[in-house]
Amino acid sequence: MIKDVTEDVTDDPNPSRATLTRSPLSDGEWHRLHPLTPVLRGGLVLVVVLGIVIANLRERLIYLFVPGLRPDIPEWDDEEWVTGDPVDWVIANNLYWLAVVFVLGLLVLLIAWYYLSWRFHTFRITGDQVEVRSGVLFRTQRRAPLDRVQGVNLTRPMIARLLGAAKLQVVGAGIDGNVKLEYLSTADAEAVRADILRLASGRTLDGTSAPSPSGRPRSAAIAETVTRGVTGLIEGDDSQHAEPESVVQIPAGRLVASHVLSGTTFFLIAAIVVTIVLLTRGVPWVLFGFVPMILGVGAYWFNSIVKSLRYSIAPTPDGVRITFGLFTTITEILPPGRIHAVEVSQPLLWRPAGWWRVRINRLSGRSVADTASATDPFTTVLPVGTHADVERVLGLILPALSPDERALIADAGARGTGPAGGFMTTPRRAWFIRPFRWRRNGFLLTPDALLMRRGAIWRSLTVLPLARLQSIGITQGPVDRAVRVANIHGHVVMGPVTAILGAIDRDAALALFGDLARGTVAAVAADRAHRWAAPDAEASGWENEADAPGLTDDADAPDGADAPIERGGDA
Amino acid sequence: MTIPPPPPIPDDRPPAAGVAAPAVEATDVREPARLELEPGVWHRISPKYVWVQVISSGSILLIVVAVMLVLTLVLHQWWAWIPGGILTLILVWTLAITPRQARSIGYRLREDDLVFRRGILWQRFVAVPYGRMQLIDITHGPLDRGFGIAQLKFVTAAATSGVTIPGLEQATAEALRDHLVVVAESRRTGL
Repeated sequence: MIKDVTEDVTDDPNPSRATLTRSPLSDGEWHRLHPLTPVLRGGLVLVVVLGIVIANLRERLIYLFVPGLRPDIPEWDDEEWVTGDPVDWVIANNLYWLAVVFVLGLLVLLIAWYYLSWRFHTFRITGDQVEVRSGVLFRTQRRAPLDRVQGVNLTRPMIARLLGAAKLQVVGAGIDGNVKLEYLSTADAEAVRADILRLASGRTLDGTSAPSPSGRPRSAAIAETVTRGVTGLIEGDDSQHAEPESVVQIPAGRLVASHVLSGTTFFLIAAIVVTIVLLTRGVPWVLFGFVPMILGVGAYWFNSIVKSLRYSIAPTPDGVRITFGLFTTITEILPPGRIHAVEVSQPLLWRPAGWWRVRINRLSGRSVADTASATDPFTTVLPVGTHADVERVLGLILPALSPDERALIADAGARGTGPAGGFMTTPRRAWFIRPFRWRRNGFLLTPDALLMRRGAIWRSLTVLPLARLQSIGITQGPVDRAVRVANIHGHVVMGPVTAILGAIDRDAALALFGDLARGTVAAVAADRAHRWAAPDAEASGWENEADAPGLTDDADAPDGADAPIERGGDA
Repeated sequence: MTIPPPPPIPDDRPPAAGVAAPAVEATDVREPARLELEPGVWHRISPKYVWVQVISSGSILLIVVAVMLVLTLVLHQWWAWIPGGILTLILVWTLAITPRQARSIGYRLREDDLVFRRGILWQRFVAVPYGRMQLIDITHGPLDRGFGIAQLKFVTAAATSGVTIPGLEQATAEALRDHLVVVAESRRTGL
C-alpha cells in the first residue's frame, strides 16, 4: 500500500505537475496531510494527560521548587509503599531508571503510532472523485463522487489556526457521507477546496495552476505555516487569498440585540427570577435544579452569539461563501443548486426592529447522531439582517430567481397579507382553522419556486426551489373537507425548514398539485446543478442520461420504456 | 448506455385483459369537497391485503379480549373493563373499516411521476417524479408471504415523502420495482 504513495504534500518535487491545469494537490496522485496533523489530532490527548499528571503532582512540584513550603510530615517509610502514591513508590524503591525508561518508551510508542497513522493517511483528487485512505491496522478507504458534492467547508479551531492549519470537509449527500481531510495547511486547504469545487462544477481546468508551494524541506514548510498562522491571527486575516467582500454586514450590536430579543433571554430571566425568589423564601434545593440549567442555557446563548460574530456571506465563482465564528472559524462554500428549501422568518420581538433570519435545508452529510438542525451551522445563512440584507442573501442563495421575484419574496412574501402579489390565501370560510393568520396564510407558484407564506405573529415565508423538490403531497381531514379546504406538503430533505401549508381552498390546492407536478418535472429537466458550470457539450459528455431528463428520453431509451406509463397516465 | 425494455406492468395491460381495475373510488357526487385528481387509471392493491390486515388486527383483538376476560372474570380485576373496552372498540372499528381503507389505496403511473393515494377520512395524495427515486424497498412479513403479497417503498431524499404501497402481489411488486428503476434511470436527476 505504501508504494502507492508516490508523493508528499510538502515536498512534491515534480514540476511538470505544477504546470498542469490544477494545483499540484489534485493531480490524481496520493498526497499526505499536513505534517503537524499528529500534533493537532493528538495534541488534545497529550494536553489532557499532562493536565492530569500535573494536577496530581502539583504539591510535589511545588515542594520541589519551593522547599520551604514542604509540610513537616515525617519522612516516608523507606521500605514500604505506605502512601499509595506511585511517585513515592518509585523513590522509595530506587526505580528511577525503570520509571524514566517506561515513560520514554510510552512516549516513543505514542509518537510512532501517530507518525504511522499520518503516513497511512493519504488522499487523492481525481477528475471526478475524492478518495481518502486511512488507518494503520484497519484500513479504510472512502471515495466520494464530485458531482454529488453538497459543499466544502474549512474549520479552523483556535489551536490549529495558531499553527496555520485547517480541517477540510467535503460534504456529501448521504448520511455520514462526508470526507474529512484533517489537517491541511491553510493555503493547501484553500487550494484543495478550490480544485474540488472547480472539478465538481464541470469546468475545464486549464491555465489556472497556482504556483507550486513545494520544493522546500518539510521543517521549513512547518515553520512557514506556523509563522503565517500567527501573523494571520494577529492581523485578523485568515487567508492570504483575496477574500471576497461580504454582501451583508452585521454590526455586533445588532447581533447581540437580536439574541437578547429572543425567547431564550426571557426564559433565562424567568429562571433567574424564580431561583432568587425561591432562595429568599428559603428553598435551597432549587440551586441544584435551576443553576445548572441556567448555566447551560447561558452557555448556549453566549456560544450562539460568539459563533455568529464575524459572519460574512459573499459570492465566489464556485458558490456562496459563508463564514462564521470568532475563535473557531468555519467557512463553507455552497455550490449553486444545493439548497433545498429557504425560510425567511421574523420572531415577534424582532418586528419593531425590522430584522429577519434566513435558514435553509440542505444535505449536510452528517451521521444520524448529529442531524439535529442545531449542529449544522450552515442551516442559518443569515442570523439577523434587515430587509435589504434578506433580498441580497436571497439573490446569492437562489440565483435562479429574477430580481422581480426576489423583490416579491421580500415584500409581499415576507411582510404582506392578503392576495397582494398574487398569493392565494385561506378562504374566509376556513378562518377558524388558522384563526390568527388566515389572511396571510397562502401560497404563490412562480416558474421555478413555490412560496408558502405563514404566520401572523411569527412571520415566515418558505421558498421551495422546484428543481430540488422531492415530492409533493396534498392531504385533507374531515374538518378541512367540511369547509372545502386542503393542506399542501412539500417534501424536502431534512432540516429546520418545514414546508406544510394548511387550509388552502380545495380547488386551488388540487390545481397547485397538478401545476407543481408539471413544474417540478420541467424544473428538473432544466436543472444542471450537479455540473453547474459545465458548458453544454461538456455536461452531456459527463453524464449522458442524467442531464436532460424527460427531454432526451427518445434518444436514450427505447420507445417501449415509456409506453406503459403513458397508457397508465391518460387513459 | 443501453436500457433494456422494461417488463410490462401486469396491472398496466388494457382493461380488456381484466387485470387492471377501474378507478379506486368513483368520484363521490355526494361529497364534492373530497380530493379527486383528474380521471385516470388507478391501480389497486391486492384484495389479499384485507385478509392480512384482518388476520393481524383480529389476532390482536382476540388476545386483548382474552386478557380482559381473564382479568375480570378469573382475577376479578373489574377496572380492566375500561382499557380493555377502549382497545376492543378501536380494534373492532379498525377491522370494520379495513376493506374500505384498502380500497382507498391506489397508485397511478403518470408520464413523469408516480401518484400514490390512501385514506378515506384523512385523504393523502403524493406525487413523486420518477427521477427522484433513490432506492426501492420491497418487504414482506411472514403473513404477507403466506398470502403472496409484498409492500413496496419508494424512497426519495426527503424523509417525509412516505410513498409506501402495501399489499401488492409479489410478482406485481417486483415488476413495478424493475419498471420504476428503469424509468428513473432514464430520467435521472440531481438531488
